[in-house]
Amino acid sequence: MPVFNQSRSRIIRLLFIVVFLVIAGQLFYLQIVSGKYRRMADENAILRKTIYPPRGLVFDRKKRAILNNTLTYDLMVTPSQAKGIDTAFFCRLMEIDTAEFRKRVVTAIIKNSSQKPSVFEASLSPQKFARIQENLWKFHNGFYLQERPIRSYPYNAGANIFGYLGEVDTNYLKKHAEEGYVSGDYAGMTGLEASYEKVLMGERGTQVLIKDNFNRIQGSYENGALDVEAVAGKNLYTSLDIDLQEYGEKLMSNKVGSIVAIDPKTGGIIAMVSSPTYNPGLLTGAERRKHFSELYIDARSPLLNRAVNASYSPGSTFKTLQALVGLQDGVITTKTTFSCSGAFYGCGSSKPMHCLDAGTYYLRTAITHSCNTYFANVMQRVINNPKFPNIDSSLRSWNNYMYAFGLGHKLGVDVPTEQSGNIPTPEFFNNPKRYGKGHWNFCTFRSVSIGQGEVNVTPLQVANEMAYIANKGWYIIPHIVDSIEGGDEFGLLEKYRKKNVPMEIPDSIFEAVHDGMQGVMEGGTGRGSKVEGITICGKTGTVENNAVIKGQLVKQPNHSFFCAFAPRENPKIAIMCVVENSGRYGGSYAAPITSLMIEKYINDTISAKRIAVEERMINTNLIPPLMMQEMRRMDSLKRNKETDNELKKELKIIKDTLQTEDNPTEGEIKSEKSKDSNLPFKGKGKRISSRDILDADRQRLLKNKNGLTRI
Amino acid sequence: MSQRNPAISKGIDWSLVGIYLILVAIGLTAIFAATYKEGDPVIQSFLNFRTDYSKQFYFFVIGAVLALFILLTDSKFFAATANIGYLLGIIFLLVVFPLHSRIKGTESIIKLGAFNFQPAEFCKIFVALTLAKYLSRPETDFSKTRSQLIAAAIIFFPAALTLLQSETGLALVYLSFFIVMYREGLPSVILVAGFSVAALIVATLLFEKYTLALILTILMVMVVYFNRRQFKRRKTLLPKIIFIWVVCVGIQLYAVPFAFKHLLKGYQVERIYSTVGKDIPKEYEIAHAGESVRRSDSKKDPGYNVRQSKIAIGSGGVFGKGLLKATQTRYDFVPEQRTDFIFCTVGEGFGFTGSIVLLGIYIIMLLRIVTIAERQRSIFSRSYAYGVASVFFFHVAINIAMTVGLAPVIGIPLPFISYGGTSLLTFTILLFILIRLDADRQMVLR
Repeated sequence: MPVFNQSRSRIIRLLFIVVFLVIAGQLFYLQIVSGKYRRMADENAILRKTIYPPRGLVFDRKKRAILNNTLTYDLMVTPSQAKGIDTAFFCRLMEIDTAEFRKRVVTAIIKNSSQKPSVFEASLSPQKFARIQENLWKFHNGFYLQERPIRSYPYNAGANIFGYLGEVDTNYLKKHAEEGYVSGDYAGMTGLEASYEKVLMGERGTQVLIKDNFNRIQGSYENGALDVEAVAGKNLYTSLDIDLQEYGEKLMSNKVGSIVAIDPKTGGIIAMVSSPTYNPGLLTGAERRKHFSELYIDARSPLLNRAVNASYSPGSTFKTLQALVGLQDGVITTKTTFSCSGAFYGCGSSKPMHCLDAGTYYLRTAITHSCNTYFANVMQRVINNPKFPNIDSSLRSWNNYMYAFGLGHKLGVDVPTEQSGNIPTPEFFNNPKRYGKGHWNFCTFRSVSIGQGEVNVTPLQVANEMAYIANKGWYIIPHIVDSIEGGDEFGLLEKYRKKNVPMEIPDSIFEAVHDGMQGVMEGGTGRGSKVEGITICGKTGTVENNAVIKGQLVKQPNHSFFCAFAPRENPKIAIMCVVENSGRYGGSYAAPITSLMIEKYINDTISAKRIAVEERMINTNLIPPLMMQEMRRMDSLKRNKETDNELKKELKIIKDTLQTEDNPTEGEIKSEKSKDSNLPFKGKGKRISSRDILDADRQRLLKNKNGLTRI
Repeated sequence: MSQRNPAISKGIDWSLVGIYLILVAIGLTAIFAATYKEGDPVIQSFLNFRTDYSKQFYFFVIGAVLALFILLTDSKFFAATANIGYLLGIIFLLVVFPLHSRIKGTESIIKLGAFNFQPAEFCKIFVALTLAKYLSRPETDFSKTRSQLIAAAIIFFPAALTLLQSETGLALVYLSFFIVMYREGLPSVILVAGFSVAALIVATLLFEKYTLALILTILMVMVVYFNRRQFKRRKTLLPKIIFIWVVCVGIQLYAVPFAFKHLLKGYQVERIYSTVGKDIPKEYEIAHAGESVRRSDSKKDPGYNVRQSKIAIGSGGVFGKGLLKATQTRYDFVPEQRTDFIFCTVGEGFGFTGSIVLLGIYIIMLLRIVTIAERQRSIFSRSYAYGVASVFFFHVAINIAMTVGLAPVIGIPLPFISYGGTSLLTFTILLFILIRLDADRQMVLR
């Protein structure tokens, strides 16, 4: 055959080589140039499973666990593999209908795509868990059970201190973008859970697993070389005494108000009762959402931590501080006397300020008998002190005292949502909307001298003020957590290590005030609450207040206030109690409750003589009439089956209302107050919105404003 | 080697034997890597014939015995029996139609006890031999169109039967014999025309059909314009150009759509379009709407196989993940990874380096076969050698191109590496007949 075709062998060789080079080129692109296939391979075959460490526990001062963990199970679904199961049977097990089933699967797909597992039902109830576990093999591809540790509360107390965990929402994720949360995680929303989220959450671990074509786990990737161990959350050791906390909650049952008890030596909070409260166990587990909405719309506002998030006029308890200012300023001495003929006429006869008992008082007896006239005179002297050029500067000087005593600003306690209260400043009165410059003098705000009117304090501030007086001139910022297991990595506790000595006031001045306060218990307004063997220094307060109902200012029953510390020498506890709208005096309810708390804390038992008082206090129902009315209204709403819609509305609102405050630890003193936030009868713009009548009404209830007149 | 029995070893091209052994070893390793699951008892399953790699090993042993027999056979035997073999092959192919077993989506397999037997696969041997026999006949003058048509018929008859058994890939392999015919004097024009038509068909997939018609017309006008001076001298030139234009536009506007609508099956259309990375046009979708979908085990969309295969190979990187650390191939992400997509195991496990080494081994083998072909004195041996080279080339190139997304997915195995007894034996026989013929290259066979 012709040999000339031999040249074609070269062409054939060339063809082979060219085709192979093209393939080699494609291989070069796939394997070396393009990184995307490696990434896609990882997505295909590698499953990064987050390991959630158990949250840290919380212990009380006697090292008892007061916040614990227990296990529950979430039912997880991987939508792409849940096809073809016996849906009807599954729905029967889960007690849902097929529409609900479809809805949840769609939600899961939207949340995490159909390839990845999402929660189908969180924290299964024990019955459902048992049923599902038994039948799980039938749904094996699409569903599995995942352990999830949830909180448990061995003492059923301190709900408002601990706060609760909630599923993080987009807002939260935005705020905490760098902290590794993903949609579906739980984080502390209020209370200690929120303040100490960083240490309680621990460090999440990752397990890198290999899965096959059908998403079945085939084992760990590279023998776990890339796995990251989860680190358990750190435990918190608190200064709380859980017995006293429980006891306080018992005493405050069926009452509205709060008790705050502080160890004056350390600033550690021993008990912080906010009443009405709730069973903290309600906000964990399967029924969490349902319970939350119930609590949220409850007219008694059990979710509100009144100890830090409610502010009141301090009433006569304020007189102790006025005495300190008067003595320190030198406008009075312990011997200075004022007499009261029945009222204070220092501002003319048209605006008298009544006192309880007519007579002539010097400082000790004025405190003991809570004489209004005496302290009106003291403050008048402070404000009209000739050493100041004008009323602005004298009021400013008075302000500085109050700030030093811990009022008018947030103290920086480690529970979120703390309010700052209000101390009226010159700017406050100079506001043209209020009085305007030059249009006010001492008589305009004379009721402040006895703790009414424009002055507002939180129960925590009052308790801290007691610690300050007990210590004779210093305090440590009140706090619940004493120490964190393994050290205070984030410096959360630093500010609780420092003694605050805001100004130099000689001990003799404090001794004088102590004398008066001791007198209160021994023959004054608090004599009924004496405790044998313990020298208590106390001060009663009866706070007049008003509520706005349909735009009208309506006078409400008085708040019963009492604050104290004990023993007088080497004080162990500084405490305050408020019983809202009890309608009686400070000595009627707040004083006995406080004295019982002191007795319980110091003696560990209540003496037989006082059992009767204890029982009376526990059994008295002092829910204010306005609140009762609101509760009945809610009940009827419920009966009308309108609650369903209400609940939905409320749940939407929950997010923005109960958001934790941006910076709960802000402790700096603000001399400039925002212009209108403290105008009376207007409420704080932040908390009241035009959402719906129901909400607004309740807000008013909570925030009922204080009257302008005397005790 | 000289110590061996001189009767057998004399003249044997040991380099090819060496390449053969290396490729089989790579194949066994790759099948092992693709099918081994953690905790499998390796030795036990190897002995009791359960696993794919052990089966493949036994096929290798059978293949080695067959190779030995081939080397012991007189080289004249192959030329003498070529035509009978061809007839036998055709009979086997026909027998398949009533007797084939029901194995996923193919009608080309006969079950014989434990073994699946695929005549379409080994029929290549007979075609290669018969084509060589025909071309080497003294009375064949391959410059004549008649001879060319007969040679084409020899190729197309079994190809058509294979196509009827739904084995498009194996049928297309027969196209590779055009390389043999080209070497033996088939006019280049035919190959050029063939390539042009192929290019035109690919262009049809890529462009909207009227756009393409416009492009072709513009090209035609340009060609006419640049050659306008020559029309006077060469009278037939203008009609030729116009004829070519008419054929091209005809193919592109009518023939290709007709083929896609009526000749090809729905899944084939899908695969072709997924290779060029485009969606199937509406009109084809409608044409195939009523078909029952044969997607075999490639689930989801048609591009799934190729995408997974590209991911597996692409994730191999420069040096690969190591034999048993390849996540994609070990955990079944790539369908058919023991058989048609076995290259993924190499690509993922040994990376670019391993892939290039394997490609290198193949190209060395192919060039070696061409060299061997060119040193033959007899046309029969040379044509047969080219036949072997062509078949190997087609298998290797198309198989690897398909796994890296350069060619549509047609199920053809990678020689010596893919799992499958028939294919391993077929390639072994093909290669060893060549080695046997080469050993007797001093003889002139007719």
